[in-house]
Amino acid sequence: MYQYDDYDRALVFERVAQFRDQVERFMAGELSEEEFLPLRLQNGLYMQKHAYMLRVAIPYGTLSARQMRTLASIARDYDRGYGHFTTRQNMQFNWIELAQVPEILERLAEVEMHAIQTSGNCVRNITTEAFAGVAADELIDPRPLAEILRQWSTINPEFLFLPRKFKIAICSAEQDRAAIMMHDIGLYLYPGADGQMLLRVIVGGGLGRTPILGLQIREGLPWQHLLSYVEAVLRVYNRHGRRDNKYKARIKILVKALGIEAFAREVEEEWQYLKEGPAQLTGVEYERVASAFVPPDYRSLSDTDLEFGTRLAENPTFARWVSRNVQPHKVPGYASVVLSTKPGIASPPGDVTGEQMDVVAGWSEQFGFGEIRIAHEQNIVLPDVPKADLFALWSRACEHGLGSANVGLLTDIIACPGGDFCALANAKSIPIAQGIQARFEDLDYLHDLGDISLNISGCMNACGHHHIGNIGILGVDKNGSEWYQITLGGAQGKHSALGKVIGPSFSAVEVPDVIERIIATFARYRESEELFVDTLQRIGLEPFKEAVYPKVLEVSA
Amino acid sequence: MNNLLRLEAGEARIVADDPWTLIRDIEAEQPTGPLIVPLARWLEDPQQHGVWLGPDDEVECLKPWFAQLPLIALDFPSFRDGRAYSQAYLLRTRLGWTGELRAVGDVLRDQLSHMRQCGFDSFAVREDKSAEDALKGLAGMSVLYGRSVIEPRPLFRRR
Repeated sequence: MYQYDDYDRALVFERVAQFRDQVERFMAGELSEEEFLPLRLQNGLYMQKHAYMLRVAIPYGTLSARQMRTLASIARDYDRGYGHFTTRQNMQFNWIELAQVPEILERLAEVEMHAIQTSGNCVRNITTEAFAGVAADELIDPRPLAEILRQWSTINPEFLFLPRKFKIAICSAEQDRAAIMMHDIGLYLYPGADGQMLLRVIVGGGLGRTPILGLQIREGLPWQHLLSYVEAVLRVYNRHGRRDNKYKARIKILVKALGIEAFAREVEEEWQYLKEGPAQLTGVEYERVASAFVPPDYRSLSDTDLEFGTRLAENPTFARWVSRNVQPHKVPGYASVVLSTKPGIASPPGDVTGEQMDVVAGWSEQFGFGEIRIAHEQNIVLPDVPKADLFALWSRACEHGLGSANVGLLTDIIACPGGDFCALANAKSIPIAQGIQARFEDLDYLHDLGDISLNISGCMNACGHHHIGNIGILGVDKNGSEWYQITLGGAQGKHSALGKVIGPSFSAVEVPDVIERIIATFARYRESEELFVDTLQRIGLEPFKEAVYPKVLEVSA
Repeated sequence: MNNLLRLEAGEARIVADDPWTLIRDIEAEQPTGPLIVPLARWLEDPQQHGVWLGPDDEVECLKPWFAQLPLIALDFPSFRDGRAYSQAYLLRTRLGWTGELRAVGDVLRDQLSHMRQCGFDSFAVREDKSAEDALKGLAGMSVLYGRSVIEPRPLFRRR
C-alpha cells in the first residue's frame, strides 16, 4: 500500500486544521450556509434527512487493517455502530454531528486517510477495480497511476469549482471491473508492442439523469502524459461546460453538444501546450509510487491444496460459497475472497458494523498481508488468501454475517442508502432491496439462475447505478408518493450497456412480484445454462413486458 | 476599490487607496478617475481604462493589447463559478500577462489561496466581508501536489 511521506501527512493535517476553522466560523455565524456548503462538501460532509453524513475516501478501494479498525472506531464513537460502503468504494457514516467532524477527520489523518473531495463539483475519489494487483487476468497494476492521479487531483486549485462533479476510473485487465465506460474520464491501461504502458482515454460517460456510455478520444497515449492529458480535458470542461443547469453540467453533455470529434480536437489543441512540459510524469516518480505496490512476500504454494480439495468435496455449502465468492489469483495457491455485505433482510446492502470491520481487519492479517479492498459492488475483498485457509475464513465469515454465498447473484443487490437517509432521494431503496431478497431466499434457485445484477437507485442521480444493472430499479416521485421504474438489459464491463425501461412504474409492494415474473420469464425461455443477459438479448424485451403487464397488452390487442 | 488585498513581492497587504472603480453598468453616469470597464466597452475604446472579463469572455482577445493595458480583472459572478481560475491560468502562462490580475465579484476568504495559486495578485474582497479577516485565507496550505501558475513544477519534481 502507498505510505504517506511528510508532504502527504502535512497536507491531510493542514486540511483538518483548515476545516476545523471553517466549521467554527460557520457555527459562529461568520460563514453563511451558502458559503459553507461547498467547503463542507469538499470535505465529504453532506446534510441528509436526519443528520450530517460523512463520506470517507478509500482511494481506489484499498484499506489497511489499521485503517479498517479506525473506521470501526469512528462507527462506534461517532455514529450508531455501523458504516455504509458505497458504489464508489468509499465509506459513509450516516449519523454525524457537525461539531465532531474535525475530530473524526483528525482520527482519519492519523492513519493516512481523509474525506477530501468525496463530494462537491471537483475531481472525486479515483477508482479502480477491487482485484487490482492480484487478478489473474490483469495486464498492468493500475494502482500506481491511480495514486498519482489521486495526488494530482487533490486540492488542484484550478479545478475545485468545476461545472459539476468529475469522476475518474482506471482499469487494466481483460475484464473491466471498474466500469470505466461510466465515468467522466475512463482510463484503460494496457501494454504496447514494446511493453510500454499505454492509455486509452474515454470521456463523457456517466449515469445520472442522462445515462451515456463514454466515447474514446485517445488511443495509445504513453503513460507519461497521463496528467497533462487529464489536465487538458479538465481545462476544456472547466471553460466550456454548462453552468446554467445542474442537470446539464456534466462533461457528457458538453461532449454530446460539441460532438466527440470536435471535443477531441479542443482537448488535443489544449494538450499541445502542455505535453512535454513539467506535468509530464517521470520514471522516478512512477518508481517511487509503484514501490509501494510491490507484491507482498507470497509463500511458494502448490496450486492445488489437498485439504481444500477435501473440504470442497465434503461440504457443498462451502463449495457453493467458493464457486461464487472466490476469485482466481495471479499467484499459485492463493485466491481473492469476496465477503458479501448482502445477507438479505438482516442488513441493508453495503452496511457493515464496527464489530464486523474489526473482525475483517483481523482476518486480513491472519489470512493475508493486512490489506482489504472495497468493491464498487459494495462488498469487501480480502485479496491474498491461501487456498488452504479458505475453509477457516469461510467458517468465521458465516459466524459474523459475512458469509453469504451470493456474489454476482440476484440478491447481491447494489443499492444507494435511498429515502431512508438521503435528502435527494425520491424513494426508499433499502426496503425494496430487502423485499426482493426476502422473496429470493432459496439459495439453490439463486445459484441455478446464475449471474444477474440488480441495482437500485432512490433517484435520478443513480448512486445505485441502476442503468447498468441487468435489472435496474429507479425510485420516482409521482404526486408525492414513491414509485419504481424497472429497466432491463443494463450491463457493466467490456459489454457495457444501459438498461431499457419496460413500462409504467410500480408501487413498492408490487416490486417483488414484478421481479419474480421477470425471473420466471427468464427461466421459461432460458436455454441450458444461458445467462440472464444473453436470454434477454436473444428474445428481446417483449416476453418480459407481457409477463409483467398482461392487462395492458390485452387492451392493446 | 474598497476592501482590496494585493500581493507585493510575495507579501499580502490591505490597500487603502486603490484608485480604480469597477464599472458594471456602462449606461450609468461614470465617475471620474481610472475605471475598470467591461470587455465589450473596453474594445470599443481601448484607452487608459482597465478591463474586466466575465467568465464567458475569451481571454485570448486581449493578447494584442497587453502593452497598453494597465490592469485586467476577472469576475466571479458566484464563488462557485470556477471559470476564472482557468482564465487566470491562461492569461499568466499561455498569454504571458505580467501586469496586475484582479479577482472581482464574489471574492471570499476561503477561495483566496486558490486564486493566488492561479495567478491573481489582487483581490477585491466582497464588500460585506472583512478584508482583514480575508487576509488569513491567502496563504492556504503548504503542500500543493499538482502545479499552478506560481508553482509550475508539480510536487513530484520537487519531492
